[in-house]
Amino acid sequence: MTAVISHPVPSAVSWVERPLLPKAPTGIAGLDEVTGGGLPRGRPTLVCGPAGCGKTLLGMEFLVRGITEYGEPGVFLAFEETAGDLAANVASLGFDLTRMQADGLLAVDHVNVVRADMDETGEWDLDGLFIRLGAAIDAVKARRVVLDTIENLFGAFSDAATVRSELRRLFGWLKERGVTAVVTGERGEGALTRHGIEEYVSDCVIVLDHRVIEQTSTRRLRILKYRGSLHGTNEYPFFIGEHGLSVLPITSLGLQHAVSEERVSTGNARLDGMLGGPGVFRGSSILVSGTAGTGKSTIVAQFCEAACARGERALYIAFEESAPQIIRNMASVGIDLARWMAAGLLQFHCVRPSVLGLEAHLLAMQTLVEDFQPSLVAMDPITNLIGAGQGIEVSAMLTREIDYLKGQGITAIFSGLSSGSELTSSDQQIASLIDTWLLVKAIDGNGERNRALYILKSRGMAHSNQVREFLITDDGIEFIDVYVGQHHVLTGSARASQEADERSKATALKQDIEQRQLNLERRRKSVEAQAAIMWREFQAEADIVERLRQQGSSAGEVREEERVEQGRLRSADADGTGAVEASAVD
Amino acid sequence: MNPSQGTGDSTLAQFEHALAELGLARYELTLFVAGASALSARAVADVRALGDTYLSGRYRLAVVDVHRNPDLVKSRGVLASPTLVKDSPLPKRMLVGDLSDTRRVLVALDIEPVGDPAPESSGAVG
Repeated sequence: MTAVISHPVPSAVSWVERPLLPKAPTGIAGLDEVTGGGLPRGRPTLVCGPAGCGKTLLGMEFLVRGITEYGEPGVFLAFEETAGDLAANVASLGFDLTRMQADGLLAVDHVNVVRADMDETGEWDLDGLFIRLGAAIDAVKARRVVLDTIENLFGAFSDAATVRSELRRLFGWLKERGVTAVVTGERGEGALTRHGIEEYVSDCVIVLDHRVIEQTSTRRLRILKYRGSLHGTNEYPFFIGEHGLSVLPITSLGLQHAVSEERVSTGNARLDGMLGGPGVFRGSSILVSGTAGTGKSTIVAQFCEAACARGERALYIAFEESAPQIIRNMASVGIDLARWMAAGLLQFHCVRPSVLGLEAHLLAMQTLVEDFQPSLVAMDPITNLIGAGQGIEVSAMLTREIDYLKGQGITAIFSGLSSGSELTSSDQQIASLIDTWLLVKAIDGNGERNRALYILKSRGMAHSNQVREFLITDDGIEFIDVYVGQHHVLTGSARASQEADERSKATALKQDIEQRQLNLERRRKSVEAQAAIMWREFQAEADIVERLRQQGSSAGEVREEERVEQGRLRSADADGTGAVEASAVD
Repeated sequence: MNPSQGTGDSTLAQFEHALAELGLARYELTLFVAGASALSARAVADVRALGDTYLSGRYRLAVVDVHRNPDLVKSRGVLASPTLVKDSPLPKRMLVGDLSDTRRVLVALDIEPVGDPAPESSGAVG
């Protein structure tokens, strides 16, 4: 036994990066993600399902991808179809079996089992089959083997017990040879396979299904068990596209897109400004959601026009309007799409969602993108796709689509119709996939309805948190600041009247100020006048005081002189003579 | 029934003629076996004994080891081993198994008509 028994419980975080079991990648889009790296290497895997579910194709693609992508030659042991039929059936997918066989990389052996010309005459074993398979494996040095559909052996031999024991031996033998095998089985009543061969293939079981719900058929894939490995447990829709199978995991896939730093304009400078200046990132996904008649399509058309104006190609996928109708409607608001169509830069793809299943829509979109090579893809509105599938499938499909577009570096803009102010479930399902989400709202009030836009989220860029009113004018979309008051936000005529009100209030205030200034000036003048008067009074008083002071000083001198004179006159008392003289004089 | 009467007669006549010829036909037999396993050895012995008893002198047997001739296994469409292929006389038949069920073998090879008890032959082969 070459099989490796793995360690017990793998950690959920690292299961993709560090597979505990050696795995053989299938190369089938999505399947390797769901299985965490591929099928168990060196072990058989059972793929079962009803007729027409894609078992044979899964097996064939596993071999072809092994040869073309992983350098592992393969053997296809066909119990149902001849080598020629198989080659013809898969030629449309671009698989050239004949060349691979000629190159010695692929061996196709058709085992024709016809019961009619066989008689069982005793004990037997399947050594003949082992030899054929062994020889084919040796011839191409095969690392992969597909047995399609081995249960046919039960039809060939009446001794079912021997077939069973031989199958058990066969699977053991395949493990010993170390080849990774895919064994297909027809779905049985109450059992996975008609003859219960799942008992012998216990490492990995994949169940395929083909269901019709509301007249839309969807193929689904489920990993029923995968011993020793974590795996996705959901039912995953898958489709058979131009390049083979494609499984759609619900969650986003590898998330390894190269990202662009380049920003592209939304076609409206004001909206660019709200998104931090240069617009949205190239290759990002944008959702414009809102209720009916809020101008979603106009915004989408503006994005398209902006792309065309830059000389880039835009693909407009419309689900509810025809191209001429969109062109006419957009022309009325000044967005001339016809010009860009004529220039070959804009292509419309108008289709009713109910015409095709989701798988087919995805396929059609990818084909268009490959043919037209646009740099922008618009889908208007994606909510209509819900008519073509269940909500969860729509989001799975959109995941796939966004992944695809991101992988190509294509900017995607979607419009989504929401039924009310609340976000609908469809919005929520795709919310995580969207990089930039613009919400357009109708604001009712005052007997009118106004449009407002705000940015719900925009990954990786500073963006405005403000609600902007926008008008759809003859020249496209025009953004206006809404009136943001202390208690409320106003739009439309209420905004206009509020603004008029503001203006008249402002005028009144201005006049008031002018008046006050005038009054103040007058007062200043009167103060100055009073000051002048008081100054003059002061001056006058000062003059008086000065005069008085001067008068006072000269009077003092006179009195001194007089005192001296009198003293001289009264000299008698002073030295006698004088007094005598004085008295003699008197 | 009249128009078909003649046809029925002629078909019957052809059938009887073919039956008479059968007794004289040369048998071309190929036995595919896997190496020297017990099953293989038993099958080879069974075919030889059967040929010698019922087809003495008018059969040719080739024994092919599937391990050595995988191309022949594929071209002859052999799955099981042992497998005895009767190429001639027509119709071609493939007998799968170790041929231990002699009665079925004889019927399949058109050696003995259906319903013949033939207890001795069984003993002779065994």
